[in-house]
Amino acid sequence: MNLERRDFLKVLSAGALTAGNVTSVFAGIRKTLSPDAVGILYDGTICIGCKACEAACKQYNDMPPESGSLEKANGVDGIWDASYDMSEKTLNKIKLYEHGDASERNREENGFAFVKRACMHCVDPDCVSACPVTALTKNETTGIVEYNKDACIGCRYCMVACPYNVPKFEYAKALPEIVKCEMCAHRQVEGDIPACCEFCPTGASLFGKVTDLMDEARKRIQLTAGTSYDYPMRDIESGDTSPKTVAPYINYIYGEKEGGGTQYLLLSAIPFSKLGLPELSETSSASKSEGIQHGIYKGMIAPIALLGGLLYGAYRTTNNENSEG
Amino acid sequence: MGKLMESNEALEMSYSEELTAQGVSRRNFLKFCTAITAAMGLPASMVAKVADTITSPSRTPVIWLHFQECTGCTESLLRATHPTVEELVLDMISLDYSETLCAAAGHQVEKSLMDSAKLNEGKYILVVEGSIPLKDDGIYCKIAGRTALDILNDYGSRAAAIVAIGSCASWGGVQSTSPNPTEATGVHRIIKDKPVINLPGCPASPYNLLSTILYYLTLGKLPQLDSKGRPKFAYGRLIHEHCERRPHFDAGRFALQFGDDGHREGYCLYKLGCKGPETYNNCSSILFGDVGSGAWPVGTGHPCVGCSEEGVGFTKFIHEQADVFTDTPPAAFAGIHGEKAGGLTVGGAAVAGAVGGVILGASAMAAKKMKSEKAAPDSDA
Amino acid sequence: MTYEGKALGGKLLTKPFWVLLGFAMIAGLLLIKRFLFGIGAVTNLSDGYPWGIWIVYDVLVGTALGCGGYSIALLVYIFNKGEYHPLVRTALMTSAFGYTLAGVSIFIDIGRYWQMYNVFLPWHININSIMFEVAACIGAYVFVLWAEFSPTFMEKLKAHDAKKKMNKIIFIFIALGVVLPTMHQSSLGSLMIIAGEKLSPIWQTGWLPLLFLITAISMGYAIVIFESLFSAVALKQPLDDTPILGKLSGIMIPLLLVFLILRFGDLAWRGQLGNIFNDGFLGTFFVLENILFLIPIIMLASAKNRMKATTLFWSSGAMLLGGALYRFDTFLVAFNPGVGYHYFPSASEILITVGIISVEIMAYLIFVKKLPVLPAVNPS
Repeated sequence: MNLERRDFLKVLSAGALTAGNVTSVFAGIRKTLSPDAVGILYDGTICIGCKACEAACKQYNDMPPESGSLEKANGVDGIWDASYDMSEKTLNKIKLYEHGDASERNREENGFAFVKRACMHCVDPDCVSACPVTALTKNETTGIVEYNKDACIGCRYCMVACPYNVPKFEYAKALPEIVKCEMCAHRQVEGDIPACCEFCPTGASLFGKVTDLMDEARKRIQLTAGTSYDYPMRDIESGDTSPKTVAPYINYIYGEKEGGGTQYLLLSAIPFSKLGLPELSETSSASKSEGIQHGIYKGMIAPIALLGGLLYGAYRTTNNENSEG
Repeated sequence: MGKLMESNEALEMSYSEELTAQGVSRRNFLKFCTAITAAMGLPASMVAKVADTITSPSRTPVIWLHFQECTGCTESLLRATHPTVEELVLDMISLDYSETLCAAAGHQVEKSLMDSAKLNEGKYILVVEGSIPLKDDGIYCKIAGRTALDILNDYGSRAAAIVAIGSCASWGGVQSTSPNPTEATGVHRIIKDKPVINLPGCPASPYNLLSTILYYLTLGKLPQLDSKGRPKFAYGRLIHEHCERRPHFDAGRFALQFGDDGHREGYCLYKLGCKGPETYNNCSSILFGDVGSGAWPVGTGHPCVGCSEEGVGFTKFIHEQADVFTDTPPAAFAGIHGEKAGGLTVGGAAVAGAVGGVILGASAMAAKKMKSEKAAPDSDA
Repeated sequence: MTYEGKALGGKLLTKPFWVLLGFAMIAGLLLIKRFLFGIGAVTNLSDGYPWGIWIVYDVLVGTALGCGGYSIALLVYIFNKGEYHPLVRTALMTSAFGYTLAGVSIFIDIGRYWQMYNVFLPWHININSIMFEVAACIGAYVFVLWAEFSPTFMEKLKAHDAKKKMNKIIFIFIALGVVLPTMHQSSLGSLMIIAGEKLSPIWQTGWLPLLFLITAISMGYAIVIFESLFSAVALKQPLDDTPILGKLSGIMIPLLLVFLILRFGDLAWRGQLGNIFNDGFLGTFFVLENILFLIPIIMLASAKNRMKATTLFWSSGAMLLGGALYRFDTFLVAFNPGVGYHYFPSASEILITVGIISVEIMAYLIFVKKLPVLPAVNPS
């Protein structure tokens, strides 16, 4: 090993060590629930499928009406409740589960039930991790996942990343945006609560701090079916309640652990997989993705080391070339 | 059950002549028949038959008993305006006993009762208004020295059919509100071996009664009843399902307090405790008092209290929120998984196929050319 | 030894050129439609399938096909295998085209293209996002490729001083030209890790970056071979490079073996070997992928076979097809967003891609005929 190379390698290792101190920047710290995180508890057993939440959401988020294929096929357009799923015009959606003759609500066999789909406002959101330009961010206090159209480049990686297929894209527009429920953040800053919770007549959509909602959810799944329970309405802190008969709950809170946890929680009498909710592991895909990425690129040590070695190699080769020719 | 009853055969004038004498034109009479036929849920072709039935000289005997009641159902019947004249009603049937309407009193009217029951045994219709107390052998309601229970068992056993008019007779009504000190009970829990038609309501709509009676007289059988013995034509749907404020419910527009903006706008009263979603009746369709639209509780701005529904009326608090009995939702509801566009199209397949073909073809051609050319045996590279 | 390049000369506006131009113009018209009426007007993309052939073919396969420069640079400048020097310039040129057009495809595909520069602005960058790293590296690499190719322009313009200066610092670009693609070709694979359960477990693995990197490098060698042979035939040139290409082809074998061992080893380790045929459709694609990877291994096993042009042609073609299919499978075929979603590119979508490829081929023809790219044929 000649002097030249030895010296070079010394410089290289020194550089690598310095680079190592930058590790913390690339640590990829995993998100946890903020103590003031707010969320929505959706109890499918007391939902009556009235879709007042859809109507209110449309109104308070200035979303246009939308027709499903059935209506369009019949030349009808502009009905606020005819969409068949969340879309770039519909931020939340009531869907119907039915089986057999669907004769009884909250029964799995020969029964029917409702489920409300919207953004899950994950604790460790895959969409936030995926977005290259921080167009999707998670509010540090409320935990709401918010969208900034001025940053967004429309690459749609967030749509690939979301396990619930929540972010929707305005494919029909020349100047498109990503569209999704933002838990009425604009209403919350005014001291109001999300429109869906405000207008739900039965209290199926309930707003509150996630810790309070989790306690409430845990209480509910322990209740005996057939007894009467005073269900809180609108906002868990409002004190308004309405007594209803308890349905046979599935002993599980969807969103407690899914993908690292979500701030939109669901309860139901029907197994969640039949409601279209995916079965997810307890760690988010973002943690796996960032783990591998940061593992490879920890402090940029590997790339810089590789570059250093290559610079040397390329220099030597081209230098020989240049001296020859 | 036989066809028509034997009745008073001492009529001298034909019925239509009597109508004309009373100033009721044939046209108005047929108008009435059309209306009442529709109210019974029968097709237009039945109008002629209904008219015939009414003008037929034979009249069905009816005995009307009152027990624990406020007489509201009778009063309500008196205020019916179509038939235009009460006499039509009284001439369709032979109302042999009614404590409110009979001119006679005391022993005389009781004799009418006993005679009618004996004469028309097995053929008369018994209309019961009011609940029957059972506690302490039923002493909490006695008429002419007999307990209501006794009277009901006596006359009920000899009737052809029993019509329980009003919530009291149907299931106990307001008397039966907890703790129900007199054990007030509906007719069908006492009489088990006769057909009992329940027409709950507080008061019951007189037109439901009229329609039921006319149905029976015309067709000789009882209208289709639901599992609680109520005619389906009147009690087949929830108030919630034919309420004019339903669009407000669907759109999430609710009155939150009496007199607030929502209330003034006529928004849905669900949050004020409307029991429409768990009450079966047709109040919203036929209204009350024949005074025009909106003449029913919700229409005037007060939530339905579920007066006709056992377990709801006089049981649940008026401002307590109702359970919404959702029937199986319509087929157009969004399912869990919806089919979406974006799949294979003819155009896409065609172009893709063409592209694939070109690539393969060009490659094959190139390979063929390569085969014919051979690499130089001693090239520089 | 210095490289002696020579412009091919000859007629530019041949019949094939006009055909290619035709397709490019069709694509141009369709792109006007795309920019006026939105992406939905020309594609079958949906909320379940936000990425289609523009991302999967134009960007993923397109950049992998553009790894010729990368793979050859590795050999010539890092491992000092000077005998492959004649292949460098063409490889760099193809790579420059491939990556530039991939960049154009990205511009066409993203919805808010007027803000595309946000991905380079420090106050917007999300370093946790693999997409950011991919965008930054590809952006830088396009620049590096053209810099590496610039001596060719300088030769044509007879700017000898400039060329000398460039050659002095070109080692920087060469080094970057190896680091950058190593980074982003592996990260292109990592992109799908965040898709989690939406990607079939037969394809979803933490080893995606390495698997994508290996296939990208192999495809780099394959494209050099395939393109060299194909263009020689198309441009009616003698097949002089067959021996050197044959030597090059052997490198693909160990790469593919490592790939297959890693792939199947990972499946076995995760207990997924038994699940390959749970879904017959996916199972078929899996088998097809691996058959395409096996073909080069078998066909190129014997040194004698490696000297046959047709063997080189078909085996490199199979390698390219296998690498392309692997990318299609990972991003589209094995990606399942849920019941009810479907995707197959629309005719317009495919035609736009075809138009972009046509532009690439036209650019290739213009460059080899007007610039000293192809090696000057030494009279023997």
